[in-house]
Amino acid sequence: MSNFLDRLLNREPKSAQLAKERLKLVLIHDRTDLTSHSLDLLKDELIQVVSRHVEIDRNAVRIEMQQDGRIQRLIADIPLRAANRRTRNR
Amino acid sequence: MAGKIVTITSGKGGVGKTTATANIGAALASDGHSVVCIDADIGLRNLDVVMGLENRIVYDIVDVIEGRCRLRQALIRDKRLPMLHLIPAAQTRDKSSVSPSDMVRLCEELRQEHSWILVDSPAGIERGFRNALAPADVVLVITNPEVSAVRDADRIIGLVEAEEKGPARLIINRIRPDLVRRGDMLNVDDIVELLAIDLIGLIPDDEAIMTGANRGTPVSLNGKNSAGQAFRNIAKRLQGEEVPYVDLYASNGLFGRLSRFIRSGGE
Repeated sequence: MSNFLDRLLNREPKSAQLAKERLKLVLIHDRTDLTSHSLDLLKDELIQVVSRHVEIDRNAVRIEMQQDGRIQRLIADIPLRAANRRTRNR
Repeated sequence: MAGKIVTITSGKGGVGKTTATANIGAALASDGHSVVCIDADIGLRNLDVVMGLENRIVYDIVDVIEGRCRLRQALIRDKRLPMLHLIPAAQTRDKSSVSPSDMVRLCEELRQEHSWILVDSPAGIERGFRNALAPADVVLVITNPEVSAVRDADRIIGLVEAEEKGPARLIINRIRPDLVRRGDMLNVDDIVELLAIDLIGLIPDDEAIMTGANRGTPVSLNGKNSAGQAFRNIAKRLQGEEVPYVDLYASNGLFGRLSRFIRSGGE
């Protein structure tokens, strides 16, 4: 939020703010041993597996790490194609 | 009596493990508890100089473990504070001369007669750290507000959890309120949020730490300075007391001093 304000006022963000944001990313990788490269690989494979069963909107798939206390969650948001809904409604 | 074994560790070196061990130990001893501080950093002995007991060493921890002396003989009693004791590290040996089970046996024996056993862990995540962690009932992780120290603290907290010694509690050392106020130092809330563990102490950056170490007198023995007070508060919290955190960000300018003066009723 303060970062947003900084950008709005065209100010350099404070160094502590940068430190916090950088640490957030570093800690996720340290804790999970997942690099952004391996996360991309995982995403590709996940898309392959899921689309074998349902039709999905590949470009809208989002996979990200979330921190919940000291537990890391892998959150996948996979929108299904409308065609699929029609089949199910029938 | 079954004393409590508290391991103080950090991952990164130079963030204040030894200072914290000496000061929390002295604070617990001045509260009337029998305390033993163990220097688990074999080969890099340091706790003795910080505590001011370096001239009294005859035997060390490796002598005890290898049976060259009795436990009692290696225990150095602080003459200024007779409830405070030190078991020094060996200086000419390396970490492999002590095993985690040696540490557990040693601490089990000590807890029969003393109420607090504080283990000063070496930096790193290898054998020395494993030795220090093995006997712990409580683990205190110390960090300072630097990115490298916070990152290493996170790694250590994970290892403590994996060994089922968690949840560790956090000490944030060397806080500089002036830098925090102008946004150039991670603040306490940021660090607690990143590391996601409970706090047990906040230590302001205080010259008294340096002068205390120079003299070999832990600052927590001395009434006046802010770091000493912060260490005494940690000792109280370890004993289960709820102690409010000192307001580190209180302004020291004329206005801050004036408003504190008014609030304190002019005392």
